[in-house]
Amino acid sequence: MKKFDKNKVILGIAAPLLAIVAAMVITSVIIAATGKDPFHAYQVMIEFGSKADSQVWIINKATPYYLSALAVAIGFRMNLFNIGVDGQYRIAAFFAAAVGGALALPGIIQIPVIIIVAMLVGALWAGIAGLLKTTRGVSEVISTIMLNAIGASVIAYFLKDGRLAVKEGNLVHTTYLPDSAHFFEIPTTPKPIYGFVIVAVLAGIAYWFVLGRTRFGFDLRTVGQSESAAHASGVSVKRMVITAMLLSGAMAGLVGMPTLLGVSYNYGTDFPAGIGFTGIAIALLGRNHPIGMVAGALLWGFLDRTSTQLEFEGYAQEIVGVIQGVIVLCVVVAYELVRRYGLKMQQRKVGEELAAQARKSEKAEVSA
Amino acid sequence: MKGPLVRRVSTIAVAGISTAALAFTLTACGESSTESGGGSGQGVGLAFDVGGRDDHSFNESAARGLDKAEKELGVKSKMMTAKNGETEAEREQRLSSLAEKGYNPVIGVGFNYAKSLEKVAKDFPKTNFAIVDSVVPGANVDSITFGEHEGSYLAGVAAALKSKTGKVGFIGGVDNELIKKFQAGFEQGAKEANSKVEVTSEYLGSTDKGFNDPAAAKDKAKGMLDRGIDVIYTAAGLSGNGSIEAVAGQKDAWAIGVDSDQYQQPGLEKYKDHILTSVVKNVDVAVFDMIKSVKDGKPLTGQHPYLLKDGGVSLATSGGFIDDIKAKIEEAKKNIVDGKVKVKSTV
Repeated sequence: MKKFDKNKVILGIAAPLLAIVAAMVITSVIIAATGKDPFHAYQVMIEFGSKADSQVWIINKATPYYLSALAVAIGFRMNLFNIGVDGQYRIAAFFAAAVGGALALPGIIQIPVIIIVAMLVGALWAGIAGLLKTTRGVSEVISTIMLNAIGASVIAYFLKDGRLAVKEGNLVHTTYLPDSAHFFEIPTTPKPIYGFVIVAVLAGIAYWFVLGRTRFGFDLRTVGQSESAAHASGVSVKRMVITAMLLSGAMAGLVGMPTLLGVSYNYGTDFPAGIGFTGIAIALLGRNHPIGMVAGALLWGFLDRTSTQLEFEGYAQEIVGVIQGVIVLCVVVAYELVRRYGLKMQQRKVGEELAAQARKSEKAEVSA
Repeated sequence: MKGPLVRRVSTIAVAGISTAALAFTLTACGESSTESGGGSGQGVGLAFDVGGRDDHSFNESAARGLDKAEKELGVKSKMMTAKNGETEAEREQRLSSLAEKGYNPVIGVGFNYAKSLEKVAKDFPKTNFAIVDSVVPGANVDSITFGEHEGSYLAGVAAALKSKTGKVGFIGGVDNELIKKFQAGFEQGAKEANSKVEVTSEYLGSTDKGFNDPAAAKDKAKGMLDRGIDVIYTAAGLSGNGSIEAVAGQKDAWAIGVDSDQYQQPGLEKYKDHILTSVVKNVDVAVFDMIKSVKDGKPLTGQHPYLLKDGGVSLATSGGFIDDIKAKIEEAKKNIVDGKVKVKSTV
């Protein structure tokens, strides 16, 4: 075990602290510039955000955010920028909803079938980008964002009355899932927490274990840090790219499930979009760490929850969007600053140790 | 990458902070925001669809009804706006916050609120709700719908008569049942006014972003103009501004506006010489009716279709660009009102 180093602890706390303080200062200035009192805004947010029903709301909202962040983080850990999580979870949820709506099996089979279909479709969609990268050298940034648009078109094609969907008033959606496919809820007052939060926790544990505690995870991170080094040590980089994209896509497949199995029970024109991009922000915020991303997802949910309340108090609704953007920027900048400072300290320390060693050997020579 | 030591310690720190944050949220359990809320007689709560109050179109029409109610009935109000890509949870929160704070009636502008309004109306049986463009069950809900297809039919007639190239176009914001009503009416009207007219119909997308994407509408309109289409009818909320802008860039091309009389919109003044007419959806009338009914203690409930015969939809004449074909339009209108012409509401 490494010895507990006071300097490192201070450095570690410095980054998130610096980010939060900087974000607060900047948003305070912005709020003040709109002619409003920033401190009152924070007070409103904390008061409203800590109410029991707000907590339930925040947790429910954070669940898909967290899954999305995990999907993005899997790619990040090996330097793959999967911006296609958005398309992957939507196309996955759509086909899972279509399959789920067509089947009427007991819940214990039905729910896993829906989830597996979603993971497979998500993996498949992301796998296309992986395949393009390894066989044709197409950057995954380009291919995944293109696949988002293609995915949206595919959904739009099938989401028509008479194809894979039915009409209900002005909304068009897939047929409702049977009652057996409704995911369980955790009874809390006044509103329940969606049971899918447990799946999200399990996914977080799996992410931590596979990436941090297995040979595969080690290989994956090695590829992320240096492809040539990984290649030299016998890791097939191509295979890792495809596997990582498949895993990332499968995880993305879960993103739509809390909504599908717990709220809407169908995929319609009103199915939430954009969670894949929120996931990128949260993965950045949580530094790809399984617990860091929990904090990030909850923070995002908290900000979403309190934005309506701020509107009642006369603040611009957009202020929360600004806060979210500022936080991400500050986190990225703060971590980079602290990283550089830490690197400098390390270099200095190594330099001092080397110098001390040199002095010691000099002394030894003299005394000999 | 970071040194391994730094990373380990920083993750520990993050973990610590997040645990503290969790602990903080958990200790605050108990009180619900509904318990501390309350009060009544706050006035009207109006929840806009994406695009917001100043979309020069659909939302703005609803806002005008509210403005009129504020002036004439002396009610107060609170307006809130939807964001793109919202979830049910956010819409529900918006409506229930309004109800909780004592706003009455609470009006959801746009069919996106259908599901959330149904739920929230059940949770607040003493509050009156209204929804525009959708039918929602509930004893305390007023469902306001419009004869968009009938108004669009008249627009189709005007477009066919005004087109020099014999090609007219329709741009829909979102490919859904509501916007198809506009398309169906427009196509039928154009064809029945002149069977040789060629009608092209295109959509901006299938998510609600289509109502909030002027750049996409501008591109679509440009594409249509390049193909010789010289009258373009756009039913796409805020996006329509983009299409009107594109049309204004070409001589002899006409744009047909939607929902509000877009010729009169200060924000569109630069382009008004190209705004042939607008299919006005009198959301303002409906919203005002609803607010007045609540104020008078006889809240409207159930379905209220506002059709051509009720003046719920109409064709704007400001600018005088359709004065020369006025007789034909009046004739078409009379045929619909008398039931001689049945306008289809689906494509």
